[in-house]
Amino acid sequence: MNASIIQSRPDFAAIAAWIPEGSAVLDLGCGDGSLLRYLRETRKVVGYGVEISDANVATCISNGVNVIQNDLESGLADFENDAFDFVILSQTLQATKHTEALMKEILRVGREGIVSFPNFGYWKNRMQVMLGNMPVSTDMPYQWYDTPNVHLCTLHDFENLCATHEVGILARHVMTEGNDVNVLPNLLGSMAVYRVKRAA
Amino acid sequence: MSSSVGIVTAQRATFEQPLTFKSGAVLPRYELMYETYGTLNADKSNAILICHALSGHHHVAGYYAEDTKNIGWWDNMVGPGKPIDTLKFFVIGLNNLGGCHGSTGPSSIDPATGKPYGSSFPVVTVEDWVNAQARLADQLGIQRFAAIIGGSLGGMQAMQWALAYPERVAHVLAIATAPHLTAQNIAFNDVARSAILTDPDFHGGNFYEHGVVPTRGLRLARMLGHITYLSDDAMADKFGRELRHGKLNFSYDIEFQIESYLRYQGDKFAAYFDANTYLLMTKALDYFDPARELDGDLNRAFAAAKAKFLVVSFTTDWRFSPARSHEIVHALLHNRRDVSYAEVTSDHGHDSFLMEDTQYIAVMRNYLDGIAEGISK
Repeated sequence: MNASIIQSRPDFAAIAAWIPEGSAVLDLGCGDGSLLRYLRETRKVVGYGVEISDANVATCISNGVNVIQNDLESGLADFENDAFDFVILSQTLQATKHTEALMKEILRVGREGIVSFPNFGYWKNRMQVMLGNMPVSTDMPYQWYDTPNVHLCTLHDFENLCATHEVGILARHVMTEGNDVNVLPNLLGSMAVYRVKRAA
Repeated sequence: MSSSVGIVTAQRATFEQPLTFKSGAVLPRYELMYETYGTLNADKSNAILICHALSGHHHVAGYYAEDTKNIGWWDNMVGPGKPIDTLKFFVIGLNNLGGCHGSTGPSSIDPATGKPYGSSFPVVTVEDWVNAQARLADQLGIQRFAAIIGGSLGGMQAMQWALAYPERVAHVLAIATAPHLTAQNIAFNDVARSAILTDPDFHGGNFYEHGVVPTRGLRLARMLGHITYLSDDAMADKFGRELRHGKLNFSYDIEFQIESYLRYQGDKFAAYFDANTYLLMTKALDYFDPARELDGDLNRAFAAAKAKFLVVSFTTDWRFSPARSHEIVHALLHNRRDVSYAEVTSDHGHDSFLMEDTQYIAVMRNYLDGIAEGISK
């Protein structure tokens, strides 16, 4: 099962690589709990997920994953300051409305944050816009009229947000179709994972 | 496919060892009515205890041979192939101390006087109930429950198990409950109690010897309670402003359908429920507060718990609102306990925990299936 998860979600492996064994982890928008299950099996984490969808909550429970049904947008009131070693926001940032507030909450609750999102600046996306259409891709598989994504950004945009909001970037992992991208990441990377913490 | 557990038989457990209540009162001996469904496995690791709420009892599932229409109060949840699957679990339902369904309570005969206990029956707390339940578990040879499950006041008992007997319960399913009642909630209980206490037929709790029952008070108490168990929307949907006779009669008789419904519910309840038991149950609700002796610090109270928790609330439940469940979740998270929380969208208010909602059933089934897998390993 692990192998297939990693194939379908290359950001999972990148995220797991940063998480030491036995860490306390909160996964925001945890979906069906695959990442938490993967981290529990490979990293023995103590993990909790936050998820709003009924179907996903039921599946998380089926997966034996701790899940708290709640709306991320209403804040993380259930969680205390520094309650977790890592707070993960995987492929969810772009679909949040109160993105600024949520980034703040992530770094209140977690000692570190791990944030992954599709790079709107990826050259194939730029091409589609240049040719006159909103981009549709594996990482952003929606039409403009049915997309849950309301805050799409490029790597530059995200890094600007961090710079202006006292968010320190500890590491960055950029990928395209599961392969690492080291050259011109904002152009050649389709997806990025950031490791962040409160800037001192 | 799911089905009924079929014909069941109530059993009586007798306890000759005195039980000291939280109040200091002592009951020298007592009896508890209970029923069991399913089969206890060889290592006795598949037992589930169901704790009942205010008006519940030991008849949780199935029906009686002599009374096939008397179906258990949680029959939609407990049975072969149902979420609390009696093919996998050995399920126990009991009637708590102070109850009026056969367990020792105010209407039982006090051997010391030869008369019903009435007002002399000790005020019983959730802690007392759980201590009595633990003795029943001892008698049945169950050292550790796979799960203890309860809704509302039953959820308080399930939580109390985790706090008082952390080694004796692996999973707690706390449904539509709260870590303590709010002032508003206590206020509702007080009005209900006042209705009973001021009924001329109550006779200070010793109405048995007068050959009367404080029906009016009990009926009012139930009507009030019933209003708080439903949501505004559910009532509007079900009754609206519908008139029983289609027109205004300018009288104080039953005119609106909701009045008819409430009075019917009140009458039905008053016909079988004991007024003293109602008083005791509401008092147990009011008193439950595991953080009370810890400066109100629920985090500290839950530090004792070792069980894994499933907490469930319902969006339209305003008597035990989702916010109250969040308090439980918060305390468990603080202590890094395994906990899942489901907030089920339902129109039925507090009563939702007894209803058959698809999402609720799925959450319960998935969680309990996980417990069953853990046992068979």
